[in-house]
Amino acid sequence: MARALINVPAKAAKGEIIEIKTLISHPMETGFRVTFNGTLIPRDIINTFRVTYNGVEIFAAELSSAMAANPFITFTTLATESGTLEFHWAGDNGFSVTETATLVVE
Amino acid sequence: MSASLSRRSLLAGASASLIAAPAVAQGTAHIVVIGGGFGGSSVARSLKQLAPNIRVTMVEPNRVFTACPFSNEVIAGLRDLPAQQFTYDGVARSGVEIDFTHASAIDAAAKRVTLADGTVLTYDRLVLSPGIDIRWGALRGYDEAASARMPHAWKAGEQTMLLRRQLEAMEDGGLVVMSAPDNPFRCPPGPYERASLIAWYLKTKKPKSKLILLDAKDNFSKQRLFQQAWSQLFPNLEWIGLSKGGKVSSVDANTLSVTTDFETYKAQVVNIIPPQRAGLIAEAAGVSDRSGWCPIDPVTFESRLQPNIHVIGDAAVAGAMPKSAFAANAQAKVCAAAIVALLHNRTPQEPRLINTCYSIVMPDYGISVAGVYKPGKGLLMDIEGAGGTSPLQAPDSTRKMEADLALGWYNTITREVFG
Repeated sequence: MARALINVPAKAAKGEIIEIKTLISHPMETGFRVTFNGTLIPRDIINTFRVTYNGVEIFAAELSSAMAANPFITFTTLATESGTLEFHWAGDNGFSVTETATLVVE
Repeated sequence: MSASLSRRSLLAGASASLIAAPAVAQGTAHIVVIGGGFGGSSVARSLKQLAPNIRVTMVEPNRVFTACPFSNEVIAGLRDLPAQQFTYDGVARSGVEIDFTHASAIDAAAKRVTLADGTVLTYDRLVLSPGIDIRWGALRGYDEAASARMPHAWKAGEQTMLLRRQLEAMEDGGLVVMSAPDNPFRCPPGPYERASLIAWYLKTKKPKSKLILLDAKDNFSKQRLFQQAWSQLFPNLEWIGLSKGGKVSSVDANTLSVTTDFETYKAQVVNIIPPQRAGLIAEAAGVSDRSGWCPIDPVTFESRLQPNIHVIGDAAVAGAMPKSAFAANAQAKVCAAAIVALLHNRTPQEPRLINTCYSIVMPDYGISVAGVYKPGKGLLMDIEGAGGTSPLQAPDSTRKMEADLALGWYNTITREVFG
């Protein structure tokens, strides 16, 4: 059910600062809410988000219960060489999504 | 809804005072109403009905009112604009003085309104029913000039016709892109009714065309009913909500392109329903807060920021009550009764208000949502268990009946307010 959207520019000049945007569908259930019967709804959140650029980690975030559903994360990085960016979200209940994007540096 | 309770309370809230209210003794009170839409015209007429001795002046720049409800049908070619238009003859006949001009300044301390022609009106109480204004520039690239190429059509009139002409002129196979804003905004089900009717128009007239509705929200009014109708009737309509990247971040009127954080859509026709705020005069009066809307007392509709100024209709922060013509009309009656009570040093009665929003999905296919509201926690709260929405499973005859009821409602309210 997870669906990730990624926006990485297709091309960039060497040394250019590029903006990367990501959005993933996820309920981010806090673990603090109760049902009508008073039973706790178990926590179901994304815990970590990591991005590598040709194998080197360039961005990482720890997510918590306070974060809204469908986390939208945007950051910038330096375009150094052509290659692959890999995006990885991991969370409760074995949640794991990996997406890749290609960047051409001229 | 519980008929005995709500009916009784509604009567108590609005029309019962109509019978009970004695005329103001000296007849010297002067109420100024700014805005002649469903809210303003209703409150002006209600005041004259409740207390004929009160002097009521309404300030409205347009000599002809163009109604928003049913204007989506105009866009789809199902109706013509004159069916949306009303003069103020009926309002004037009921004893309301009308100044056809803009209000340019309000001095709340001196209880004075300055009009565009320099006239100064002094009031005992002022009612603002200014509707909405567009937050130009809140969406990057969307300014007043851009709206000439990418109409909003969220104030009925020339914009409505512009969007209709653009759809008519588009060749079969063209892409139409609409965008819906985040809450709050005028007419919560409106964007979805419009999307339905445009999809119906395309399906019948331009079957190779497609409509994409980009939405800054994941949830909207009558969502299940709309989505069910779309999946059954309109394969040419794609709705993209917030969590699927539907929030529009910028537009370019020159290239007719609409950009989200993840995609750029190049369209032949673009309809941007932009972020909104209370009509600009609200800010001049000091009754709007940082949200751009006007916080009010839910019993009297008096502003929480300025004494002796009441705000009704789309401009007000009415809690659970949506921004609709039906709501503005209901609020106007409550506000008028409260003003008459206050002029007599009586305590205004706690009101019950009702709202119904009809939406037309296509000809002979109507759906509705109704709610009943009461003051609570300083706002208007939904009374749980009252009201409701159309059934999800219903025969065609039910949908047809609701479409008929919608038109019946429109004819009734416009006759009451402008007739």
